[in-house]
Amino acid sequence: MKNIFFAIFKRDVHIGWSQGSTSSMVVAFFIIVVTLFPLGIGPEQNMLARIAVGVIWVAALLACLLSLDRIFQADFEDGSLDQYALSPLPLELIVLAKALAHWVTTSVPLIIITPLLGILMNMDDDAFMPLIYTMLIGTPALSLIGTIGSSLTVSLRRGGVLLSLLILPLYVPVLIFGVMSVDTLILDMGGNAPFLFLGAFTLFSLAITPWASAAAIRLALD
Amino acid sequence: MSEAQNISSNNLSVIRGDRPVFEDLNFYVRRGQLLKLIGPNGSGKSTLLKTIAGLIDPEKGEINSGENLITGDHDWIARNICYLGHKNALKKEFTVLENIEFWANLWGMPDKIKPSIIQMGIEFLMDTPVRYLSSGQTRRTAVARSLCHPGSIWLLDEPTVGLDDQGLSYLSGSMKNHLDIGGIIICATHVDLGIDESMIKILDLADFTSTSSLHMEGW
Repeated sequence: MKNIFFAIFKRDVHIGWSQGSTSSMVVAFFIIVVTLFPLGIGPEQNMLARIAVGVIWVAALLACLLSLDRIFQADFEDGSLDQYALSPLPLELIVLAKALAHWVTTSVPLIIITPLLGILMNMDDDAFMPLIYTMLIGTPALSLIGTIGSSLTVSLRRGGVLLSLLILPLYVPVLIFGVMSVDTLILDMGGNAPFLFLGAFTLFSLAITPWASAAAIRLALD
Repeated sequence: MSEAQNISSNNLSVIRGDRPVFEDLNFYVRRGQLLKLIGPNGSGKSTLLKTIAGLIDPEKGEINSGENLITGDHDWIARNICYLGHKNALKKEFTVLENIEFWANLWGMPDKIKPSIIQMGIEFLMDTPVRYLSSGQTRRTAVARSLCHPGSIWLLDEPTVGLDDQGLSYLSGSMKNHLDIGGIIICATHVDLGIDESMIKILDLADFTSTSSLHMEGW
């Protein structure tokens, strides 16, 4: 059981890297979106420092969104999803393996590049580590919730826009608690409640999304 | 190989969208038999195979194997049923061997990889990425992948599409082998597979097309 789980995970990570496009394109998109802000609102350093955390979080959300449709689309088109549905591993665990692979191939590269963008945005020195922590805790929720949108739109030809409409509202809690927890961690006041909420939201999506996505996939295969 | 003695359906009806595809369909196949599904396009051959595989829920009726009710029994289906659909379920960026290896390992049958590759005559393509294969070679790879499955019931949906004479004879050879060791095959095809008539049962889906859908076609 565990072997199958990791075999599916490795296969998806391999596809993500081997096409060369998936991960590197998402990272490039992330960098471009963040660099647009200093260009758009001018090089005033205090202003940039103030909005840095929020901008990076929003850009991470959008970059993650960009790659969501690929989670199930290719497998649906080439028939692998049929075979997965008939495989000994429950579909819920397959969804989880694919969400994990998505997180490793998109969110982890984003987190690695984040310090560079922090410098670009003149972010406070104190904010770097808190931002990375919160992204590590919060981004798994992005991949997990993303599987719902991806599986609901898998049988649609042009599901991309619909996917964004479905998923972005669900990303709002991650954004709010992600940005808030960076603030509270820097200021070291108000405790770590937002941080705990962020973690709770990730665990909540871990508990809910595999079932929801597996149900949506079964509908799509019908 | 896990053993299924027979597989049968009992008054099976399936509706796709608003359209009834077939109604009150009954079949019975036992070990060592091939059930050949024929019928005009759209008569529900693929739908029937998908229903047996559990990918489509029947509106009414049930599918049994011996004493077991298998409709909705995911574990039983995963162990016993090997499904090869229209789509080949191969990843273009991986080689033939990597593709087959992945599924064989997933099914826990790594020692079947080499024999099935040889069986379908694609040894020389083992290290070629699937994107460079012709459609016939891709189909052969998909068949070789299916040969690794431990299940004794094969559901084949037009397995011969794209295959040349040699590929066809390899395929029918594997199918004969499977029947000889007591397997069951349900196959939608219009091609003569060169298998002994005594092992073949024919199911014409046109006989079960629902009257209401005929009515709708005339509409």
